[in-house]
Amino acid sequence: MFDNYRIDGVWDELFESAGIARSSFQAFYEALSQIPGDEYRRLQKEAEQALIRTGITFVVYGDKEGQEKIMPFDLLPRIVTSADWNRLEAGLVQRIQALNLFLDDVYHDQKIFKDKVVPAGLVLSATSFRKECVGLDPPKGIWIHVTGTDLIRDPAGEFLVLEDNLRCPSGVSYVLENRDLVKRAFPHLFGKLNIRPVDHYPDLLYDVLEFLCPEVAEKRLGVLTPGVYNSAYFEHSFLARKMGVELLEGQDLVVEDDRVYIRTTKGFEPLHAIYRRIDDDFLDPRVFRPDSMIGVPGLFQAYKKGNVALANAPGTGVADDKAVYAYVPDIIKYYLGQDAILNNVPTYLCDREKELGYVLANLDKLVVKATNESGGYGMLMGHQATREQREQFALKIQANPRGYIAQPVVNLSQAPTWVDDHFEGRRVDLRPYVLYGKEIRVIPGGLTRVALKPGSLVVNSSQGGGSKDTWVIQDDQGGDRA
Amino acid sequence: MLSRVAGSVYWMFRYLERAENIARFINADLHQFLEDQGRQGNLWVSLLAVTGDQEDFDKRYPAATRENVLTFLTVDDEYDNSLYRCVLQARENARSVRESISSEMWEEINALYLRVRDYRSGQGRGDAFEFCKAVIQSCYQVVGLFYTTMNRGEAWHFGRLGMLLERADKTSRILDVKYFILLPDPTWVGTAYDNTQWAALLKAVSGLEMYRKIYRRIGPRDVAEFLIFDGGFPRSILHCLHYSEDSLKVLSGSPRGGALNAAQKSLFRLRTELETGSVTDVMEGGLHGYLDGLQTRLNQVDQDVYQVFFAPKIELSRRMDHGYLGQHQS
Repeated sequence: MFDNYRIDGVWDELFESAGIARSSFQAFYEALSQIPGDEYRRLQKEAEQALIRTGITFVVYGDKEGQEKIMPFDLLPRIVTSADWNRLEAGLVQRIQALNLFLDDVYHDQKIFKDKVVPAGLVLSATSFRKECVGLDPPKGIWIHVTGTDLIRDPAGEFLVLEDNLRCPSGVSYVLENRDLVKRAFPHLFGKLNIRPVDHYPDLLYDVLEFLCPEVAEKRLGVLTPGVYNSAYFEHSFLARKMGVELLEGQDLVVEDDRVYIRTTKGFEPLHAIYRRIDDDFLDPRVFRPDSMIGVPGLFQAYKKGNVALANAPGTGVADDKAVYAYVPDIIKYYLGQDAILNNVPTYLCDREKELGYVLANLDKLVVKATNESGGYGMLMGHQATREQREQFALKIQANPRGYIAQPVVNLSQAPTWVDDHFEGRRVDLRPYVLYGKEIRVIPGGLTRVALKPGSLVVNSSQGGGSKDTWVIQDDQGGDRA
Repeated sequence: MLSRVAGSVYWMFRYLERAENIARFINADLHQFLEDQGRQGNLWVSLLAVTGDQEDFDKRYPAATRENVLTFLTVDDEYDNSLYRCVLQARENARSVRESISSEMWEEINALYLRVRDYRSGQGRGDAFEFCKAVIQSCYQVVGLFYTTMNRGEAWHFGRLGMLLERADKTSRILDVKYFILLPDPTWVGTAYDNTQWAALLKAVSGLEMYRKIYRRIGPRDVAEFLIFDGGFPRSILHCLHYSEDSLKVLSGSPRGGALNAAQKSLFRLRTELETGSVTDVMEGGLHGYLDGLQTRLNQVDQDVYQVFFAPKIELSRRMDHGYLGQHQS
């Protein structure tokens, strides 16, 4: 299965060099090699069929025929050593803590602007800055309860932060479902390594929401979804089911005297915390976009009064703006007095004149991203683009320098991925999930996204990427922190 | 329970039951028989008449041939009550309330949907009768899971209420098929052909054997009595009303002697009328007219259920300025 497996100048997640597995994964590799190719192929196929049978699907926008798709799934897990994980975990906790302090500062005293660490103009001009949130005090001072940070690994094996997703990061349901599929396919392989569990994520999320509730005798929680046609609907329903709470649509909620009620068969009943999977823009037509049909009029006011908790808080998008991202190491230093444990990918801000000049002169070597887009939309992969595409993009950048950043192409690490009847290396990233309630906890694992086209660096599911389960090996000290 | 979710569970089961009954209409036994009569064209028209949707059919099909009627009833995407559309709707509703039904049920409904979708796209396109048999089997499995994997909570009772009200309506329509078949030639009544027709009809509701245990001979009066008034037969109208009423009582939570809500009132009236009625009265007044009236009354119960449980209660919040976006699904 690994006969012609190649590693060409990138970090490989399983192998040190061709045919030689990294030392922590030796036992796993040996057991894996004993599975006959036909048997492996059958297991892979069965896993895919299970996804169709159980209806684990997502919707691709603008794709009319066969709207529902399964996310392509590769059965071979990506494994992370406990040493790597401990460093990642510490780095993520540090980062989320600092970003939360940053948000609180931006919407209150704005000391970080006065101290000239981050330019006020850059933050206040972000489209995700919500003036409505100025002076807002979210319950317990927490803004970002759920984060899904995108990490990549460079050819030297160092994990770098690519993106902070602080709004409504999706994908955690796949983490749990993927684990289920792999466990079913390889019960004995799973036993070979001491893998940390991820299944308790819904319980931890529940605890976070309950922690945020106003002090009432009977707390009632819910997940708010845009509805069955949203691309992540499966996940919304999955989380509600696993937490044992209501799955709500905007039409189910009513605000009366700044309190939120749900419409039940026995009349209206109060609601105290909402894990909302609706973007800020659509949350409340009285405050944000007035044409929103999926939101709840009056919700924001009820939230401001402390009668209902929202996770995440509105306004968090300003801290994952791609231009603000460039300042995160400074933000960590400013609030925590520490050096960032996890490095950023080097980033050029087109808003700075000097860097703009560099970006325009080197478009063929850079990845350019719109600062307020996600999901792989609005970006230019300079080295793969045609001259014409680059010239057109240059005009867009010049018209709105604040709207773009650029980064060198990082040669993402690869992981063995099943192709027809053998394994080939495919590029991967990693999105761990971080919950912030009483404390900050990182779920040991995460979504490994994989670019299925050979050589491709784009892993987004909306661009045809797939996913893998992620195994974090248990520390010898046995500390199960999350 | 959320009004929207309750509505979706209710409709999920109505659509499932509707799909199953379309499959029963197209049931091989019934049609093998129909075709033997050599009056095919008319008989297919009578089948359409029973659905109440002939107008829709006439707009899009040139003639009521076997092929056209089967296409219309099974896979037509533009016909709201085609088997395909019913299964699609049942699954859409199930998808929107997955947290309220068991995973086992969801997977079976999803499997039913995938089967119907494949059949429609031609991938699984075999014999229509075989297909309908498979759909009925699949529906049995869903109903079995409904009874064995779900708590007897609100969701379950809304599900059963939807299923049984739909079943009562469909049993009345299957009985009505007979009326349309007889229309062209009343001299058939009481002949051997006539008996075979009634037997086929009983088979369509899986009731022939149970019927035989009570009545030895097959006759119109007895069949009508069995399908309308036999409280013990699970597809009889009275049986469906009895258990609908039980669920409605649990859902309304009204104490003994307490005021009844509108849905309870209309269902109570209908059930007691059936209990105090007799098949003699029905046959004297005309079976078709009677069944027609029954269907209207069942629609009224459905509307009352909607008003009591699913409709927006605007009077509770005058300042509410957004409309209820509930889908209209009947």
